[in-house]
Amino acid sequence: MSILVGKATRVVTQGITGATGQLHTRACREYGTQMVAGVTPGRGGTDFEGVPVFDTVDAAVRATGADASVIYVPPAGAADAILEAADAGVALVVCITEGIPVLDMVRVKRFLEGRPVRLVGPNCPGVITPGECKIGIMPGYIHTPGRVGVVSRSGTLTYEAVHQLTLLGIGQSTCIGIGGDPIIGTGFTDALRLFNDDPNTDAVVMIGEIGGTAEEEAAAFIQAHVRKPVVGFIAGQTAPKGKRMGHAGAIIAGGRGTAAEKMEALRRAGVTLAPGPAALGATMQTVLKEKNLLR
Amino acid sequence: MNIHEHQAKELLRRYGVPVPAGEVAFTVEEAVAAAERLGFPCVVKAQIHAGGRGKAGGVKLVRDAAAAQAAAKDLLGKTLVTPQTGPTGRVVRRLLVEQGVAIARELYLGMVVDRAAGRVAVMASTEGGVEIEEVATTAPEKILRETIDPVVGLAPYQGRRLAFGLGLAKDQVGQAVSLMTALARCFVESDCSLVELNPLVVLGDGKLLALDAKIGFDDNALFRHPDLRALRDPSEEDPREVEAAKHDLSYIALEGDIGCLVNGAGLAMATMDTVKAAGGMPANFLDVGGGASTEKVAAAFRIILGDPHVKAIFVNIFGGILRCDVLAEGVVQAAREVGLAVPLVVRMEGTNVEQGKQILAASGLDIISAADMADGAQKAVAAARRAA
Repeated sequence: MSILVGKATRVVTQGITGATGQLHTRACREYGTQMVAGVTPGRGGTDFEGVPVFDTVDAAVRATGADASVIYVPPAGAADAILEAADAGVALVVCITEGIPVLDMVRVKRFLEGRPVRLVGPNCPGVITPGECKIGIMPGYIHTPGRVGVVSRSGTLTYEAVHQLTLLGIGQSTCIGIGGDPIIGTGFTDALRLFNDDPNTDAVVMIGEIGGTAEEEAAAFIQAHVRKPVVGFIAGQTAPKGKRMGHAGAIIAGGRGTAAEKMEALRRAGVTLAPGPAALGATMQTVLKEKNLLR
Repeated sequence: MNIHEHQAKELLRRYGVPVPAGEVAFTVEEAVAAAERLGFPCVVKAQIHAGGRGKAGGVKLVRDAAAAQAAAKDLLGKTLVTPQTGPTGRVVRRLLVEQGVAIARELYLGMVVDRAAGRVAVMASTEGGVEIEEVATTAPEKILRETIDPVVGLAPYQGRRLAFGLGLAKDQVGQAVSLMTALARCFVESDCSLVELNPLVVLGDGKLLALDAKIGFDDNALFRHPDLRALRDPSEEDPREVEAAKHDLSYIALEGDIGCLVNGAGLAMATMDTVKAAGGMPANFLDVGGGASTEKVAAAFRIILGDPHVKAIFVNIFGGILRCDVLAEGVVQAAREVGLAVPLVVRMEGTNVEQGKQILAASGLDIISAADMADGAQKAVAAARRAA
C-alpha cells in the first residue's frame, strides 16, 4: 500500500481525446493503472482504445465508478475541469495542466473547501505508487516499489531523484508531484502528514524550490510531528530575485522565498539536506543506513 | 507582465480610482504641450519598468514651460540607474507629465496573491513612499492586512477596518472604502499579480489620490485579456527573453559564462546550482519543456549563443516522455544549423538514452559526454576555463 493511489484506484481522464490525454492514458494503462473512462464534451459514446468516453465527468463516474480523475485540459478550461470533477464526487483530482490563471485557482480553492476531495497540482507530473498505480506523465520504468516517499514541486528533478534511488535499490512507496504553481491543492505539509501516517513509508525525500513559504511551513510541521527521516533539496540557490524561473510559483518576491531561507528552515527542523541534486539518492542511502532502515 | 505607470493609472482611472491628471509624452514637444495643458507647477516623470526613479533624478517638478522643456530634454534618452534597474540601468523612452498636487499624508496600499492563504491579500500602511519590504522588516505592525474572500470580493467593512486603521478622518473613510473596493475589482477582473499604490496620498483638501501606481499581470491569464496584452512594452524586456517566449521556451539571462539547456524548470534551476557548485557561473536559465522539436532546440541554442559571454554549453536532459534519441537528433541538427563555436557538454538520462548517446557519438560533432549531472557541470566549467 501507499498513500493516495493504489491497485484499486479507478481513473477517469479529462481531456482524453487531446494528444496529451491520449498519450498518457495509453501509457498509464500500460503501466497497470485502471483507466476506466475518459471525458471530452461532445465525444460521449465513443471510445479511446477501449476506454469509454463520456460527455461529462458525472456520466463517467455513474457509469464506471471512477474515484480519481486526471486532467489534461488546456489552461482556459482546466479550472472548470477541476470543479466538474469535484462536483461529480471523485475523491482525488490530479491536474497536470500548466498555465492556469492564478485567480482561477483562488476560486477553485474556495469551491473545494468543505468538499471531500483532494486536489493534487495543478502544473504537476502526477502521483505514482510504483507497481500499483500511475496517474500522470512520469516515466514509469524509473520507479520501483519500496518504502521511501517522495514529494516534490518539480517534474524532471523528481525523476532524477527517483532514478538515483532506484539504482541504489531503494524503492518508493508513493511519489507525489505537488506542482510548480503558487496555489496548489496539496502542499508539502499535507503530503508529509500522509507519509508520516503511512505504515508503509519509512522516510521521505522532499524537493522544493524558490518562491513562497511552503517549505518553511513544512519545516515547522516536520519539527513538531514527523518522526521519520526526511532528506531535502531546494532548487534555485543561484536564482536571481524577482524573476519567474519557469514555474509560475518559482519567484523570489518581496524579499521572501529564497533557497537559502528554505534550506536553513529545513536544516533547523532536522532535515538532512543533500549537498547537490546528484547526491539525493546517496544522501537517503546514508540516512537509511544510519537509522537501520535499509532493507 | 509589467506595464508603465501611465498605463497603470489609465487602467485605474477606468475603475474610478482617483489618479492625478496626466498625459504621456514621447518627445520634448509633446511633454511641453502636455505641461502647458496641465498647468504649473507640474511633474515630469520618467517612465521605466522599475522603481526608485525619484532618487535617481527621474522625477522633476517644473514651474514653467522652459523648465518642462529642460526636464524632458534631460530625461528622454537618458539611461536611468536605480537600485531596481541594476547597474546597466534603463533608457527612458517616454514621460508622464502630471499635475502638481499638495500632499498632506503619504500612505501605502497594495494587493498581491497570498500563496499561503490561496487568496488575494490587501496591505495598507501609514508608511507610504518607502519600500514596503523595509517596513515589513523594521515595523511589521505598521502593515494592516485583509484577505479577499472570492465569494464576496473586498467587503466594505474590510475597507473600513483598513481606513480606520490608517487613521483616516471620518470624511475620508468613505472615499477610502470606494477606492479600495474599486482597486480590488480591478485586480480580480484584470487578473493582476500585483497592484501597488505607493504612495496613496491624502491631499491638503482631504481627497485621496493614487500618486504612483504599479501594476503587474498574471502571465498565465493574458490569453483572456487582449487589451492588456497590447500594453506590453518589448523595449523594457530582455530581447532574448522575448525571443525565447516566441518559441515557447522559458529563458532568463544571468551573469555567467556557462550556457544551460535543460528540460523542466526544477531540473533547470538545479542545473544552475550544480554549475555554481562546480565553481562556474550559469549564463542563463533555460527550460526547453516537454516537447523537443528540432526547431525548439535550435532556437534554444541560438538564444544561448547570442550571449557573447557564453564559453561553454551544458545540456542536461532527463528524458521521460521526451525521448533521448529525439533530443540527441535535435542537438545535432541544431548544432550544425547554428554553428557551434563553443564546447558542448551533454548529459542525458532516461528513455532511449543509449540510442541518444549513439547519435551524439556518430554525429562527428565535438560533444563531451557526461556520466551524471555533477560530472557534466564539472566538465562544462573546465571547458569554459580552457576557452578563456
